[in-house]
Amino acid sequence: MAERYAVATFASTFDALEAERCCREAGVPGRIIPLPTHLSAECGLAWRMPAESSARALFEHACAGRVRVAAWFELA
Amino acid sequence: MIYLNCAATSAQKPPCVREAVLQALESPGSSSRGASEQDLNAARTVFDARLAVADCLGATHPERVVFCANATQALNTALFGLLAPGDHAIATDYEHNSVLRPLNALAAQGVMTSYIPVDRLGRLELERLESLFQPHTRLVVISHASNLTGVVLPVREVAQAAHEHGAFVVLDAAQTAGVLPLNMVELGVDVLCFTGHKALMGPQGTGGLIVAPEVSLCPLLYGGTGVQSALPSQPDTYPEHLEAGTLNTPGIAGLGAAARWLATTGVEEVARHERALRSRFVAGVSACAGVTIYGEVPRCEHVATVALNIGGRDSAQVADELAQRFGIAVRAGLHCAPRAHAALGTTGQGAVRFSFGWFTTEAEVDCAVDAVCTLAHEAGA
Repeated sequence: MAERYAVATFASTFDALEAERCCREAGVPGRIIPLPTHLSAECGLAWRMPAESSARALFEHACAGRVRVAAWFELA
Repeated sequence: MIYLNCAATSAQKPPCVREAVLQALESPGSSSRGASEQDLNAARTVFDARLAVADCLGATHPERVVFCANATQALNTALFGLLAPGDHAIATDYEHNSVLRPLNALAAQGVMTSYIPVDRLGRLELERLESLFQPHTRLVVISHASNLTGVVLPVREVAQAAHEHGAFVVLDAAQTAGVLPLNMVELGVDVLCFTGHKALMGPQGTGGLIVAPEVSLCPLLYGGTGVQSALPSQPDTYPEHLEAGTLNTPGIAGLGAAARWLATTGVEEVARHERALRSRFVAGVSACAGVTIYGEVPRCEHVATVALNIGGRDSAQVADELAQRFGIAVRAGLHCAPRAHAALGTTGQGAVRFSFGWFTTEAEVDCAVDAVCTLAHEAGA
């Protein structure tokens, strides 16, 4: 069974990099990936992280008030 | 060569600036144009520079720091982005051609401009401002400091009046970013335009504007941003809204390093050093008979720039002699500030501009004083 993971998308590169900075500072797992084409025909950067709700909670806590997430997806 | 033309560019940079540029050149990537580690590193370099510049210039929203080639492009973006046919703008006689020429071009599109006068002594006639507002005044654009006399203009008072009339405030901080503490909110500035290569001590080819959150500009340039590529129009999100095309990542790397260096050194410390140099120079040349200094407005703050003439001598000849005989680099002529020269009565003669920076020493200032006094003495002024 394929590993499930969560993806956060952003309208701006600035937010993707701010998310990376916030997560690194807070020790939140994840990394920047190219925005998956099947999520959007556009291009840009996205944040990939474990799908567990606890990881997402850590992300949201680390990025609160600093990052504008456009949308969340759960993929496999 | 003693370089006293720092109002034109900071000839000497902190070593970290060169190192940052070299590092960006040696491992180039394309910011926002890929997710490989190499491209991400370029994006991180730009991102870090945005944070550093925002911190240095007192901006609360780093995503609204927009990078471009220089202050001129930033000012064009601000003026063409805010003004439309039928609008009215207010500027000052101290403005640089980077403001005057866009406004003149906009006049052909039906944008009228009124100017706050500068008197013969170099004082901005602030009391005339209120009478210049019209019902359709869209913005006031003002230099933070004159690139000719160094006089710091009353931005806070101008901004307060502008906002009372519902007008935006565009600040040309080309002469002050990096040498005067800046805070957009405290000053009441809606769009701050800066260059990277003067007092900020970054590389040439860098600059930008910072747009307050409640302000929206029409883009000057349209094109690729690396995000939202399916959109037929420019994305609304900042900074991409105003950043079409690949950025000057090596230059921005240097600018970011310079801004971090300034944060460590302290803008106040830089200002203190440059103020002391200016006072030393003014005191020295004031003692020379026949030297006229312009814009020494009492009780006005100045950045480290001084404009002077020696008797009736042509300013270009004096500058050439300073370079050839004394090894001192200054700038003569009109300094891209024709209205300021007209106000001071120096359009025909121009002026000799001395400007000092962080790396200028007292000994260099003393050499310049001696050279000016020698030329004044020889002129029999």
